[in-house]
Amino acid sequence: MRPRHLSEPRAVRWVLTGTALAFLVLFLFLPLVVVFTEALQKGLGVYIAAIREPVALAAIRLTLLVTVLVVPLNATFGVAAAWAIAKFEFRGKNLLTTFIDLPFSVSPVISGMVFVLLFGAQGLAGPWLLARGVKVIFALPGIVLATLFVTFPLVARELIPLMRSQGNDEEAAALTLGAGGWQTFFRISLPKIKWGLLYGVVLCAARATGEFGAVSVVSGHIRGVTNTIPLHVEILYNEYQFAAAFAVASLLTLLAVLTLVVKGIIEWRAGSGSV
Amino acid sequence: MAEGRARRGVVLPGFGLAMGFTLAYLGLVVLIPLATIPLRTATLTWGQFWETVTAPRTLAAYRLSFGASFAAALVNAVFGLLVAWVLERYDFPGKRLVDGLVDLPFALPTAVAGIVLTTFYAGNGWVGQYLEPRGIKVAYTPLGIVVALTFVGLPFVVRTVQPVLRDLDIQVEGAAASLGASRLQTFGRVILPEIVPATLTGSTLAFARALGEYGSVIFIAGNMPMRSEITPLLIMIKLEQFDYAGATAIALVFLLASFVLLFLVNVMSLRQRAASSTG
Repeated sequence: MRPRHLSEPRAVRWVLTGTALAFLVLFLFLPLVVVFTEALQKGLGVYIAAIREPVALAAIRLTLLVTVLVVPLNATFGVAAAWAIAKFEFRGKNLLTTFIDLPFSVSPVISGMVFVLLFGAQGLAGPWLLARGVKVIFALPGIVLATLFVTFPLVARELIPLMRSQGNDEEAAALTLGAGGWQTFFRISLPKIKWGLLYGVVLCAARATGEFGAVSVVSGHIRGVTNTIPLHVEILYNEYQFAAAFAVASLLTLLAVLTLVVKGIIEWRAGSGSV
Repeated sequence: MAEGRARRGVVLPGFGLAMGFTLAYLGLVVLIPLATIPLRTATLTWGQFWETVTAPRTLAAYRLSFGASFAAALVNAVFGLLVAWVLERYDFPGKRLVDGLVDLPFALPTAVAGIVLTTFYAGNGWVGQYLEPRGIKVAYTPLGIVVALTFVGLPFVVRTVQPVLRDLDIQVEGAAASLGASRLQTFGRVILPEIVPATLTGSTLAFARALGEYGSVIFIAGNMPMRSEITPLLIMIKLEQFDYAGATAIALVFLLASFVLLFLVNVMSLRQRAASSTG
């Protein structure tokens, strides 16, 4: 605890804590509760029916498929980028890190738009591909590309600072003792970053599952075919099927809460020095 | 790879492979797609471009996007600083849980945030039912947009200020106190100058995030042209009308404006950091 003369009077502490907590309860906690009260307002039967509806199941399947395709690609990229940036010195490193962060400063709508400009019916490569029967926009490939774009920096961003702080000494030792490059990577480097990688993957999966704006541009909103979970939520909500909309939304909310729990566990492990 | 020297002595392998894959993937997924924006805009004549980006509806959308994002960043600067301070300096039951909850807006899909906040602040909602009789309408007004943008930007200031507060040297505060400074003076003269740059960085990140935000806003905004239509929505509408060139022109100006802004603030915070480390 801080010495008393270096802290504020008790009354001030209480007012500040009270204000901060009131703000967080109003802005974060109560909205979180609303998801579940609204989802269950018409009973458990309606809740389960909303999730087991064929169109909802199709949306869940599509979202899972997109996530399963996107996460390994961006995770591989994250590891490769972190290896190059954290372990080596080269010119233009700052520029490269800026480019990697670029998708974060691009609006989701614009992220989806660039793929329409590339692959849409009036896009640069769209007509050529369409003539050969390859449909990208308003189909699965477009959704995957848009999701790849918006989740692009997540794993790399977790790994670059982590790898940099760990240094190269253990890898150098392994190499000096005669280990091969891949052997060093799999036996030394990968175990060292496993928690950071896991968190990056969880973040990437959560964001891929929940992406709305970018996917909305390229999906075409075909029910049961190109609707992801968030797009299905939007349709239900706009049709005033509020209980069903929140029921499906509660699945995404549970995933978000799970992400926070994983983050808490990883930080706790890092804090107790067992990483 | 001559430039790929490892930091100390032993040369680690795999620079060429890792770098090659990184650059190829970056080019395919991010850079080539983004390059279509200037390419497509270049198909417009200067007159057409100017007409699109200065149309009253476009200007109204720009004004709303920048104004509402700025207001939300301001709210987050104040409350984010307060939350970071309370989480770092005081103890209360459930603190770890509260600390974890701060990241919720990062994790919660924007569409979910949108329908939740709309339900919450609508005339019959938990909070809206108390506000509307007093003449404060939140849902379906620009105020609702600010609320949604405050929600999505909330973690940025908290998470950038927290580590700075944690690393502050307690002895400096002790010195100020022993030299006769009151607690308020110590805060204003010693602590605040240390945390202002982080607060600025955090609120700029929140601002940048708010500018592009779409999912959480469109449900609560009301989406009236000229009044409550944000720029990303206007781009979306142009795309749905197959006005690709128009959408691209609006997006190009919007992107450039936000890049310039981010760049300026980065330069500013770098200078501030340099000044505080030498002074």
